[in-house]
Amino acid sequence: MQRAIALVDCNNFYVSCERLFQPKLEGKPVVVLSNNDGCVVSRSQEAKELGIQMAAPWFQLKDIARRHGIVAFSSNYTLYADLSNRVMSLLSRFSPEQEVYSIDESFLDLSGIPVCHRDYAQQIRETIKRCVGIPVCVGIAPSKTLAKLANHVAKKHPQHHSVCDFNGMTGAGLDSLLAGIGAGEVWGIGRRITARLQEMGIHTVLDLKRAPAKRIRAEFSVVVERTVAELNGECCLELEDVASPRQQIICSRSFGTLVSNLPDLEQAVIAYASRAAEKLRSEHSIAGGIQVYIRTNPHKEREPQYQPSILVPLPAPDDDTRLLCRAALDGLRQIYRTGYAYQKAGVMLTGIIPASARPRSLFDDPDAQQRSTALMSTLDRINRRMGSGTVQLLGAGIRTRWAIKRENLSRQYTTEWEQLPTVAANGKKAAPHNIQY
Amino acid sequence: MQQTRSGFGRRAASSALLSLTHPSKELFQRQRALLRNAVPAGFPSPADDYVQQRLSLDEHLIQHKESTFFMRVSGDSMRGLGIFDGDLLVVDRSVPAAHGCVVIAVVDGEFTVKQLMHTLQGKVLHAAHPDYSDIPVKPDQDFAIWGVVTWNVHKHTP
Repeated sequence: MQRAIALVDCNNFYVSCERLFQPKLEGKPVVVLSNNDGCVVSRSQEAKELGIQMAAPWFQLKDIARRHGIVAFSSNYTLYADLSNRVMSLLSRFSPEQEVYSIDESFLDLSGIPVCHRDYAQQIRETIKRCVGIPVCVGIAPSKTLAKLANHVAKKHPQHHSVCDFNGMTGAGLDSLLAGIGAGEVWGIGRRITARLQEMGIHTVLDLKRAPAKRIRAEFSVVVERTVAELNGECCLELEDVASPRQQIICSRSFGTLVSNLPDLEQAVIAYASRAAEKLRSEHSIAGGIQVYIRTNPHKEREPQYQPSILVPLPAPDDDTRLLCRAALDGLRQIYRTGYAYQKAGVMLTGIIPASARPRSLFDDPDAQQRSTALMSTLDRINRRMGSGTVQLLGAGIRTRWAIKRENLSRQYTTEWEQLPTVAANGKKAAPHNIQY
Repeated sequence: MQQTRSGFGRRAASSALLSLTHPSKELFQRQRALLRNAVPAGFPSPADDYVQQRLSLDEHLIQHKESTFFMRVSGDSMRGLGIFDGDLLVVDRSVPAAHGCVVIAVVDGEFTVKQLMHTLQGKVLHAAHPDYSDIPVKPDQDFAIWGVVTWNVHKHTP
């Protein structure tokens, strides 16, 4: 059977979230800035057309922003996480197999779904747009690597109407398309590999697809060889088979016996979050959020089924086990329901960046930061020497960090009663709450 | 608010959070003992067999959790339909906007709450207040339906 894996990706996700509650920004150049309003992390199409680059430092853009009336927002991760949870929850209804890949991307396995996949993808787009108000693009292909590329094509070429299905193309048609895309666009092919491929005369995706597997393996690694196999339509990466530890860290396990009560699940989630935090620190990274999920046994069809998941954003990226565990427990308590026999629980750290890139803010408490680092490295040292789990967390009483610098922060439209969107019932206009340059 | 949170945080950070016991078993039992408060002594409650989940307004008011949002009303142009200044609206984006629905419309980029009417001349946004005139939707107008108001929550205590 031909595999059909879809990658659903939200368009300019953070900007789309802001526009949902400020519809007057439709058609205007809008950007969202990183923590501490440092650099651009999301751009509307209009901003892209003005030449605003991803990761451009905001202070360098203030002139051009003023001239063109670019509206800038601080990152409102609380809002983005809530809307992301809504999108992912809706998407889960379209396939029995879903892998939430990041805050704005999800793989869905459409193999064996007996309808036209293009129509089905249009239905997905229409549902997400109508229900959550977020525009998405869908790429469909026999492997995850190709699905990523199909999504790229759907985004860049308007004639596809935001859906691109490689399975519906002829081999020659697909090859001519791949000949027009640079090899660096391929998932997992970074800048260094791209440069070395260039030296080998491999410039386009088609070149890479046709490269001899043995040579690729000898020059690079089995990982790149697998990428080449995926480009040839061979599905090597199953859903949830996560390849890129830089983007996320997953820690999950099936239970020996089915578990129904909350204390047991809490125990498991604390253990997994601790383990994930340890992995995170061993890579000298910090995470921006933690996703928690629990699921019943899908093979016991007569039992009631429940597979919730939730993404909990952190106030600022961190690697402290205590903070991550508390966030994980908060999430678990929100999704837990009685009356189900759970078979599996897991956590996933997302928004991972190098610890050296930790955002600084005026309200940082350097003493607390130092104590945290010292405590965590001691913890890791003991556990390395005496065995994993020798020292572990008992409770979850964690300090809360001060908020980071966010001058143009929009409201917490969906998570704070005091900050709900206002709707006029008299023609009076709601007060603007963003700064225009 | 943030001040107190931060204060609390510092105390929590300095208190001992780590235990030096070996893995999870003892920890697990201790936590279980704390959480399980049903002591097997005396008569069991005669109501035990009748325990059910307490009613949840969330369940009652929210049919589609992914597409439901809350909004705050500013103004009194809808008071003829019982929607007052400061009321809380439950808005579902997935419900089709039919004739007579109270809707959140976007007109020229601004949110407005109105009753949607389908007339022979086209769509009309009707205000439920004599002082406000209806707005006919012109074909070239920047107009969209954002969602349908499914419930209105009005506070009766001061």
